[in-house]
Amino acid sequence: MPGDTNAEPAGTPSVSISLEGRKGTSANAPKARAENLDFWYGSNHALKNINLAIPENQVTALIGPSGCGKSTFLRCFNRMHDLQPDTRYKGAITLRPDDVNLVGPETDPIEVRMRIGMVFQKPNPFPKSVFENVAYGLRLRGIRNRTELGDRVEKALRGAAIWDEVKARLNDSALALSGGQMQRICIARALATEPEILLFDEPTSALDPIATAKIEELITELRKRVTVLIVTHNMQQAARVSDFTAFMYLGELVEVDATSKIFTNPSKKATEDYITGRYG
Amino acid sequence: MAATAQLALEEIRRGLGWKKQLDKLFVILGLLIMIGCLGILAYLFLDLVRDGAPRFGWKFFTNFPSRKAENAGILSPAVGTSLIMVVTALVSLPIGVAAAIYLEEYAPKNWFTGIIEVNVTNLAGVPSIVYGLLALGLFVYQFGLGQSILTAGLTLALLILPIVIVATRESLRSVPKAIREAAYGLGATRWEVTKDHVLPYSTGGILTGLILGLSRAIGETAPIITIGALAFIAFLPPSPVTGQFPFLSFEWLHSEFTAMPIQMFNWVSRPDQAFQSNAAAAGAILLGMTLAMNAIAIVIRYRFRKKINW
Repeated sequence: MPGDTNAEPAGTPSVSISLEGRKGTSANAPKARAENLDFWYGSNHALKNINLAIPENQVTALIGPSGCGKSTFLRCFNRMHDLQPDTRYKGAITLRPDDVNLVGPETDPIEVRMRIGMVFQKPNPFPKSVFENVAYGLRLRGIRNRTELGDRVEKALRGAAIWDEVKARLNDSALALSGGQMQRICIARALATEPEILLFDEPTSALDPIATAKIEELITELRKRVTVLIVTHNMQQAARVSDFTAFMYLGELVEVDATSKIFTNPSKKATEDYITGRYG
Repeated sequence: MAATAQLALEEIRRGLGWKKQLDKLFVILGLLIMIGCLGILAYLFLDLVRDGAPRFGWKFFTNFPSRKAENAGILSPAVGTSLIMVVTALVSLPIGVAAAIYLEEYAPKNWFTGIIEVNVTNLAGVPSIVYGLLALGLFVYQFGLGQSILTAGLTLALLILPIVIVATRESLRSVPKAIREAAYGLGATRWEVTKDHVLPYSTGGILTGLILGLSRAIGETAPIITIGALAFIAFLPPSPVTGQFPFLSFEWLHSEFTAMPIQMFNWVSRPDQAFQSNAAAAGAILLGMTLAMNAIAIVIRYRFRKKINW
């Protein structure tokens, strides 16, 4: 694995755990792979030598205490950091099958975002109709044909398990929906363009338990069609929805393993302390 | 123990009572000041209406200025003011919005844009007669636009640009970051985010800013006197709509003009007492126009706010 050769100075555990040959869930071939990824906000070294494989069509959860860099890591995958001045990447996130480096300076961030969808912490539908929300990504890709737009919007809404709730009011404002429905509209919006990876940044932290359960169920469904990477504050959520869990601490990836193994028998002390609630 | 707790509670109650009195006092004070301000405005308006009462009538709107006070009307200044406002709005809106979009969405944050920002804000405080002098030198003489409606419109557009820019930036800034991120996350370019989301969602604030700017411009006298508005005009500018192809004419832009505040100024400065009535009536109408524009701004803001509720 890369990373072993380029390890940070002593004291920084360079974690590069192969997912192959683990007990519990077996990993699919990686859809993307972070290789010696470093990231800086100005002079703040936020991510340190991250190496992680994201298996295709499975759910990988990122957990860790606040400020550990899990959201920062997630946002590298669709270059959200490029919207802020004074940010810097080093290393690579390689996307299969074409082996493009998502964080490479030669890669256009707009192209990256066209391939990798994202669902945010707070539901953020546009103040437009339900239909226009879901169709926006398609319109950006130049799709004008009404039948095609209609078909793909319906497919996305069905995929996000909200079609039955909104089919009668596609032309109503998305802001009139409940929080959980809005978040599923946002998922549909991201699904409509058939992304290769779907990123979730604490997608249920603003929702009530019932809406949360629906979203979690949806995420476990989604893995059949898309590779999912999810940041969550809630360890039970990670345990419920993910196949693999990566534990991050102070900008480093401490441990990654099959979710069942992480939550029952972690191999690092720091992971165990976090899981058992000793900090975080 | 219980006794001390009782004592502490009484102390808290005394303190609370005093604070509540202070609360009430502030409400009363605020109310008085507000009523005072509105009262002054209402008195002014009613005073104008009373003084101008003998002039109100259809003839006042359809007559040109005249040597006889009772025959004099506001046709040419009202048309002049309206046309100037059209030019001002059409010029200041695109330039102001474009400048605001650049400053807010595109410009890097460095010392240069910092200086521009400070200066935009400062421009709002420049005395209006200075704009008049600038326009006289630049538009009238340098560009040879003459003492025309076009020159007046451009001058007032310059005057309200800072207002439009500041209001637009404020409005752009109020679009939440989460909305921008949502659009960027789908692969939108900066221009697509601006044109599909940021601009449409801030239209209410932008139009409000424009109208507030226009209601300042409508009463400006100094700059248009400086560029040479005439006080006595007994003709209308050429009609913008013509009977021949292409049915539109821009001749009116080059027409000489007068405007409401100038007509008022002219009437006020006449020795004949009868003209004071004309001035008062014109003043009431001008004030009415300003209030109407502000009312439109409020309606627009309300409607957009109802549609977009973050």
